[in-house]
Amino acid sequence: MAKLDLSIAIGGAAGQGIATPGDILARIFVRRGLHLNAYNAYQSIVRGGHIFLTLRTSDEPVLSFGDKLDVMIPLNQDTMNRHLGLMKAGSTVLYNGDKIKPGDAETGVQLCPFSVKELAPKIKGDLVQNTIALAAVLQLIGVEFKILEDILTLQFKRKGQAVIDENVGVARAGYEYAAARFKPLTISLPDTGRRLAFFEGNQALAMGGAAAGVRFYCAYPMSPSSGVLHWMARHARQLGIMVRQVEDEIGVINMAIGAAHAGCRAMCATSGGGFALMTEGLGAAAMMEIPLVCINVQRAGPATGVPTKTEQGDLWQVLGAGQGDYPRIIVAPNNIPDCYKTVPQLFNLVDKIQCPGIIISDLLLSEGRSSVDPTELDFSVPINRGAVIGLNGATPPLNGGYKRYQLTEDGISTRALPGTPGFEHVVATDDHDEDGVLISDEYTNPHKRQAMHEKRMRKMESILSLIDAPSLWGAEDAQVTLLGWGSTEGVIREAIEKLAKEENITANLLQIKWIVPLHAAAITLTLGKSNKVLIVENNYSGQFERYLRSETGIVADGHIRKYDGEPFMPHHIVDGVKAILAGTTRQYVPVHEIMV
Amino acid sequence: MSLTTLEIESKVTVPPTKRLPLTIKDFKGKAEPDWCPGCGDFGVLSALKQALADLGIRPHEAMVISGIGCSSNLPGYVSTYGMHTLHGRALSVATGAQMANHELKIIVTGGDGDGYGIGGNHFIHTMRRNVDLTYIVMNNQIYGLTTGQLSPTSTKGMTTKSTPFGSVENPINPIPLAIAAGATYVARGYTGQVKHLVELIKGGIQHKGFALIDAFSPCVTFNHENSHEFFKQKTFKLEDRKHDPTDFAAAMKYGYEWGDEIAIGLFWQRTDLPALDELESALKEGGPLARRPLGISPQVAASLIRELM
Repeated sequence: MAKLDLSIAIGGAAGQGIATPGDILARIFVRRGLHLNAYNAYQSIVRGGHIFLTLRTSDEPVLSFGDKLDVMIPLNQDTMNRHLGLMKAGSTVLYNGDKIKPGDAETGVQLCPFSVKELAPKIKGDLVQNTIALAAVLQLIGVEFKILEDILTLQFKRKGQAVIDENVGVARAGYEYAAARFKPLTISLPDTGRRLAFFEGNQALAMGGAAAGVRFYCAYPMSPSSGVLHWMARHARQLGIMVRQVEDEIGVINMAIGAAHAGCRAMCATSGGGFALMTEGLGAAAMMEIPLVCINVQRAGPATGVPTKTEQGDLWQVLGAGQGDYPRIIVAPNNIPDCYKTVPQLFNLVDKIQCPGIIISDLLLSEGRSSVDPTELDFSVPINRGAVIGLNGATPPLNGGYKRYQLTEDGISTRALPGTPGFEHVVATDDHDEDGVLISDEYTNPHKRQAMHEKRMRKMESILSLIDAPSLWGAEDAQVTLLGWGSTEGVIREAIEKLAKEENITANLLQIKWIVPLHAAAITLTLGKSNKVLIVENNYSGQFERYLRSETGIVADGHIRKYDGEPFMPHHIVDGVKAILAGTTRQYVPVHEIMV
Repeated sequence: MSLTTLEIESKVTVPPTKRLPLTIKDFKGKAEPDWCPGCGDFGVLSALKQALADLGIRPHEAMVISGIGCSSNLPGYVSTYGMHTLHGRALSVATGAQMANHELKIIVTGGDGDGYGIGGNHFIHTMRRNVDLTYIVMNNQIYGLTTGQLSPTSTKGMTTKSTPFGSVENPINPIPLAIAAGATYVARGYTGQVKHLVELIKGGIQHKGFALIDAFSPCVTFNHENSHEFFKQKTFKLEDRKHDPTDFAAAMKYGYEWGDEIAIGLFWQRTDLPALDELESALKEGGPLARRPLGISPQVAASLIRELM
């Protein structure tokens, strides 16, 4: 059992300065070796709207941002009104009493107003309320003032000693005010003596690319995938990575194809709308047999959809991206550290079979934050470029002529990089023969087309044995098996713990990471032993349920689906399992109680 | 600039398969052209091979990248590292390839529909980036491969399968468009004047930056208005009028002329702007990106992790 489980939320309008105190708290937690999971529910990236950042920390890995709060800092009235219902018994709400009226809190919730006018009479602007609230929180969770003082000193260093003194003074006033007036929380923040790191999913994906040796990254900005572009751009000089912002996503995928064909490991990221523009290009990469990695960070669709909200609604788009049949590898990382590990894995696979690889992430994963043990961030990952001639500028002897698309047993033929003498050839998006000559440039030959098509598709057969089959988490004889894919692993596990603890229901989890190829036989074997199978996914139509049925014939016993733009909270899944087990419904759609 | 040293080094370590001097035969492709007899594209194919041979660019040192269309079949008919990409996307692919290996000589070939129509967005942005490419557009003012529909350069009033009552739209004029968009070498040739076209292509390949060579390449099957006869009568060479390609106003004036006289030759060139690869910090040292060893040093890895703590 975790000794500590602390959830702190900060809410307000965009532009009210929520990110900075959030960042400071996150750093304080991980520097004590505490785990972290954070989710920022937001509307607009720029100004206005409503933002609600939840940070949850524990001495054990944190699976989700949770259900209820221990501390809330509403920076405006709206936040107070919307979120007061999230407070646990014994929790604390810290707010600027000059401007914000308290709401009707449940019994046991401590409402703690402070007066900015009184504590910081001289400082102009609203941001000072954040400093006071942050200082008060640290007081209530037993963090020594020196830590905040150091952070503020660093933060205001460029503005001079007077500004530092002023802000440290205000913070101290808030810290002391809280000590005098408010009850501390019953938890204490331990220091484990080690240090953790924390990152966003998008950073994890970008760093995974850097570890894999990505030399070319290009993108068109699109929420919620732009974080990958930002990390890459910021580190481009340091790491010798070429980063290009392109005019549209059609240009993005095709530029990546050019760079990949010339020999770079190339990667790009987008969201559903941009991915739609890339689909013909993905088929082109497969037809020319050029390996690259494309990330689709899903947001709520269709069309422009809800750009700042999450969904798992692009599975079928990714499965069917582009005309015709072609080999592609599709993977949905299960958590934020897994984003990091997946990228180098995928690059080795696509380099092996020379086809596009697609990573399906979503806003929850890509913009959520998680702690990670720095020793897990292994940058010396195995790199296997597959069959390539000319990578180091060396020229092997020509043995009886080179055929780019030579028919082989496993379908894999050797690439030769442009610039290598003697291996000149054409790669074409028109179907072509072993030598790269267009089939349309020769006398019609359906057998040739069939052989080339089979060659490409056959390459997929070598992948399944190289990827892990999903394994069951939890007791084998549980009453219910929950099946999820991609980002929902953490919240489903937490729901399973809650079901056991609070509802006396045993459940286990089969979380799917590798979508194509799918370990259909292993999944069928596992689910064959399950008492009841419920599929949990963040979309309307049960996209994974339909895919699973098409690949295995398995028909699930029930479904828990959510498509309001917000991720599952653990209790949504608990309620769904209960309702389905009670027979009230076969398909449970939770209502997101909190208006974020 | 360290680029020259790198080029020399790569030429020392890589044994040449083709000995200089080269001839047009050294560039013979694996397939025979499937163009209609009399198609202007034959002129571009032989001009390109001649230009590569004259410049001593060996087949492995060049990439010829195309989109889709009759003219985009060209990479299959020339021996280099060819790419026959998607309709309209050749410039994007070529930009990626150029960034990955800036030692390669990259020539992009295609038609007016491919480049100025479906690829119009990439066309403009590749020019403003001044990517070091030579882009040869075989402009026949018609869609040939799809059997004769209106193209972005078809003249107003033209009757085609998709405009049976005559087009009411204004065509694109690629010359002023390219000059305005930031191309640093803008020329037009005519496939009936192959020697002249060879010189324009050579100039484009030698030019450091984005070079456009729009080549009138009459479609003998579907465009009977803009025929060889038409261009033979109307074209004149800018060199013969002593045009100064650094004179912006004159370049634009000649570019807009479309009547009894139509100019071919070099309209516009500026050499004072660096190409994209010369500005990229990732390419400052270490040779082509594609050839560099992968992996991150433990020191750099540690600094990346420190940022997260």
